[in-house]
Amino acid sequence: MNAAPRAAAAWIFLSPALAVIGIFFVLPVLAAFALSFTDFDIYALGNWDYFRFVGFQNYVRIFETPLFWTALRNTFYFVLAGGPLSVAVSLGTALMLHSKLARFRTFYRTVFFLPVVSSLIAVAIIWRYLYHPAHGLLNYALSFAGIGPVDWLGDTAVAMPAIIVMAVWKNFGYNMLIFLAGLQNIPDDLYEAAHLDGASGWQQFRSITLPMLKPTTVFVVMITVIGYFQLFAEPYVMTQGGPLNSTTSIVYLMYEQGFRWWSMGFAAAIAFVLFAIILAFTLVQMLLQRSVKR
Amino acid sequence: MKRRTMSLLLNSGLFLIGLTTLAPVLWMLSASFMPSGEAGTFPPPLFPSAPTLEHYAALTERLSMMRYFLNSFIIAGSVTVVSTLLNSMAGFAFAKYQFAGRDRLFGALLSGMVVPAQVTMLPLFLMMKEMGFVNTYVGAVIPGMASIFGIFLIRQFVSAIPDSLIEAARIDGGSEFRIYRTVILPLCKPILLTLALFTFMGTWNDFMWPLIIMTDQSNYTLQVGLANLMGEHVLDLELMMAGSVVTIIPVLALFLVFQKHYVRGIMVGGVKE
Repeated sequence: MNAAPRAAAAWIFLSPALAVIGIFFVLPVLAAFALSFTDFDIYALGNWDYFRFVGFQNYVRIFETPLFWTALRNTFYFVLAGGPLSVAVSLGTALMLHSKLARFRTFYRTVFFLPVVSSLIAVAIIWRYLYHPAHGLLNYALSFAGIGPVDWLGDTAVAMPAIIVMAVWKNFGYNMLIFLAGLQNIPDDLYEAAHLDGASGWQQFRSITLPMLKPTTVFVVMITVIGYFQLFAEPYVMTQGGPLNSTTSIVYLMYEQGFRWWSMGFAAAIAFVLFAIILAFTLVQMLLQRSVKR
Repeated sequence: MKRRTMSLLLNSGLFLIGLTTLAPVLWMLSASFMPSGEAGTFPPPLFPSAPTLEHYAALTERLSMMRYFLNSFIIAGSVTVVSTLLNSMAGFAFAKYQFAGRDRLFGALLSGMVVPAQVTMLPLFLMMKEMGFVNTYVGAVIPGMASIFGIFLIRQFVSAIPDSLIEAARIDGGSEFRIYRTVILPLCKPILLTLALFTFMGTWNDFMWPLIIMTDQSNYTLQVGLANLMGEHVLDLELMMAGSVVTIIPVLALFLVFQKHYVRGIMVGGVKE
């Protein structure tokens, strides 16, 4: 059989998936871009004659909206505090589990992963009660240390940290598995050689483990940060963006504007600002990674 | 001696982290069996004084939780079946056929993974509205019918299958589709299981799209129904915990049974949740 019919077969295998991705992913992305330059709102939703192109008005309006700046700051707070904390906890637990001194390793690995597969909504609901100021388990536990009671989700100063702690609890197991795989790929003889040279445990960690884990770490940081920028369900369930908008994220704002107030043009512009931020972050990461490889 | 102290520290550390990880889940389970009002007393009780199933009964009898459960099951099940089929065909084509523009197309697909799903949701909703799919299973299923990650996962796996197996089947006169069905699919069983698990669990836990597309309470998925229940029954702590148990248990059970296959999916490469 020659190559031509085979290429035809390839396209037949590809076309259903490509059609789905083209129509329900690529097209909406392009449409969202176009939408962000229109004043599409609840009237246009009823009748498509009622919208017009408004140029960059939505983008100008975004930057003139104080709530957007609040949402941007909150999202960066969540990403810049939660991201590194999550990666650090994942690396820490992976190192502990990788140690030969650790017992019941498989058991712990499974336990640490359970929150990852649990529904975020259910988890957020559980934590909402754990955080309850009067009868929450957390304040009860802290009362033994003489701390509190703290109104975790009702105080603007601690609401975001509370959401970060929950988010880290929920997803550290995922990155932990990736780190564990990275650790297992480091050849044992590197450590043996270092041991013969009289390197201490800390020195071995600094000069073997960390450098060898660099590609894994870059990957983990990338997926964690991209995921964290999309913060939505936690504030939706736990705080409705409050108190005083202190947990309103960019996606939460987009949802409110687009699907509650039906300002879809404006919401599309918010979505594209988020996309631009994520894209910029990804590009910086890739550049850093490339310079590391050289 | 130093080694023993290290070991003690390490293992107590692991125990503490394990406890912190499990405690909220165990408390959820325990509180779901408490009589109404008990979990909201101070100090918070750890175990039910008189275990009861009343909240589970209320969820199924009064609060259409079974309906949500069924909706979730139908949607996640359909997405899993359809997307596993479409992704496996596309992944196979990318791995084993030569055609013009193959690598560029694959690269373009991969770069699409940086686009956050939320960007697509506004136009997708308008499209579904025009097509009459708002508030239907079809609307909830359609965007998940193929995934870039799924195609990537299959392609990685199929690339490792030796070409000679495919050539041998061709010499025997098998059509290309027959080769896919009788050579590739059987060999792909482990990765298909992995992909199916990821898809099912991901769709089951998905919140934002069903929240947007399902406008009628009777069409809510478990996630949306649970979040909605929270609005109405926020003071019904034990009831909310029972609802959470019902929402979490199916995927947790799936994970515990198929853990090995699930973990493989993470190892193969960049998973976007």
